[in-house]
Amino acid sequence: MIPTPTNPSDPPLPTAKMVVAKLDLFYGAFQALRQVTMPFAKNHITALIGPSGCGKSTLLRVLNRMNDLIPGVLVQGRVELDGLDIYAPATDVCELRTRVGMVFQRPNPFPLSVRDNVLFGLRVAGVHHRARLDETMERSLRAAWLWDNLKDRLHHPALELPLDQQQRLCVARLLAVSPEVILMDEPCSALDPIATAKIEELMLELKRDYSIVIVTHNMQQAARISDYTGYMLLGDMVEFGDTGRLFTNPADTRTQDYISGRYG
Amino acid sequence: MRISGDKIAKYVFLAIACSAIASLLLIALFILLEGLPFILRYGPWKFLSTSDWRPHEGAFGIAPMIISSLWITAGAMLIGAPLGVAGAVFLSEFVPKSVMCIIKPTIELLAGIPSVVYGFIGVMVLAPLIRTNLGGPGLSLLAAAVILGIMVLPTIISISVDAIGAVPNAFREGALALGATRWQAVRMVVLKAARSGIIASIILAMGRAVGETMAVIMVAGNTIRTPHSALEPVRTLTANIAIEMSAATGMHRQALFATGVVLFVVIMILNSLAMAAMRRKGGR
Ligand SMILES: Nc1ncnc2c1ncn2[C@@H]1O[C@H](COP(=O)(O)OP(=O)(O)O)[C@@H](O)[C@H]1O
Ligand SMILES: [Mg+2]
Repeated sequence: MIPTPTNPSDPPLPTAKMVVAKLDLFYGAFQALRQVTMPFAKNHITALIGPSGCGKSTLLRVLNRMNDLIPGVLVQGRVELDGLDIYAPATDVCELRTRVGMVFQRPNPFPLSVRDNVLFGLRVAGVHHRARLDETMERSLRAAWLWDNLKDRLHHPALELPLDQQQRLCVARLLAVSPEVILMDEPCSALDPIATAKIEELMLELKRDYSIVIVTHNMQQAARISDYTGYMLLGDMVEFGDTGRLFTNPADTRTQDYISGRYG
Repeated sequence: MRISGDKIAKYVFLAIACSAIASLLLIALFILLEGLPFILRYGPWKFLSTSDWRPHEGAFGIAPMIISSLWITAGAMLIGAPLGVAGAVFLSEFVPKSVMCIIKPTIELLAGIPSVVYGFIGVMVLAPLIRTNLGGPGLSLLAAAVILGIMVLPTIISISVDAIGAVPNAFREGALALGATRWQAVRMVVLKAARSGIIASIILAMGRAVGETMAVIMVAGNTIRTPHSALEPVRTLTANIAIEMSAATGMHRQALFATGVVLFVVIMILNSLAMAAMRRKGGR
């Protein structure tokens, strides 16, 4: 099932890479998501905005089943990747996570060398072919605009890099496993404005090859880079639609209040 | 003039702390003063590398005891380190938090069991098992290594569990988000990040094994001889001091103190290595 945008005046949606339909999520007795329905368009950037605690990260982590790691989580509803239910019992969760990859809020490179970070995903998948590893490492570092910076420091500890390079290394490490969807949870919140601009530019470039979902509490950022935006409040998807339209002409008064700054 | 209660308490605690440190320093100084002159007079190399220990004839070579101590320690680590680290990984990564909260204090309690009890179990259970299944007298290098390997488990497990628990969850999540299984995440990231703490736990355990006396006297057999097999009875440096101290006088007594100096140095080196490893936090 393909959900339609909340607002009928939006242009028709492109192909959906992922779809969430009638999703309820419970942390034990606490319901964190309520009947959330929205598409994530292929080769576009979809932003999730809303005040802190409204369930943005929770929704993001539904898409690669990272919530499975938290004891007592219950997910109801349908989540599709290319039309297939990712919560079906037959799903290989490890494979799913290589197709739907994630960049975290705080850069979290492993305490290994730059090279071992980038190649982690391939090694996990059992790839040991030297030429293929080298080729992938260079391609991934180039795609994350790190190759020129790091090509002479491949054996340096990743944790000694500046924060923005660490975050781009996390992107490179993800690109190395050739994901189809990239989930980013406030990827710039630990970075300064210059580093943030670099990551944003990178995302705009990456959307040609990947479908991107970004959580951000920075509305300007959502307006700058995303094609579609979902506004969430207390576990509800209040409004979803074309970013330009949602920010200029919101259909819901609560969205209006939020984007005009009357909310946290 | 009035002195506040706080001030008094401060000076009282300062005095207690100073006297505690002073008494430790005095002991160290006493051992050095008693042992070092002998080592210098007898010749450090002769003392450490010759194999004749015949105190009444003035022969004081401690090589067999050094070798026995090293073999027993190595054997104990061969048994204790893999078991302890595996146990720590299992407890911290694959057991629910609630269970772990019961098991970890229980394991730490095991560290409080007096070593004479471990020795007793060694004599009653382990030595006969070795005698009947593998041969030899039973009381042997192997028996001591096994008992020490078990005795150091609480040290290794509890410090390693702390080290693994201090690994930020972000590393695990990062690994899992790249398609790793739980076990791959542990093996390829968590253990690497916790490496220095785990190494420190093993070095501290080595210190304990080198210094352990009572359990070793009970199960090692105590023959002064360079061992050629794990089934032979041996005597360690610590056992030698404990066994001969009461009857020793003169040169003999000084030689035992000198043995203490050797132990003292070995354990100081091990502890500083452990401290250096712990300070060098994860993965640098
Ligand atoms: N592991 C968890 N256990 C219980 N409640 C949680 C957990 N994670 C998040 N929550 C709750 O779910 C709600 C949504 O959280 P989250 O998705 O992190 O919000 P956001 O990312 O929008 O700030 C919050 O009320 C939060 O307290
Ligand atoms: Mg969040």
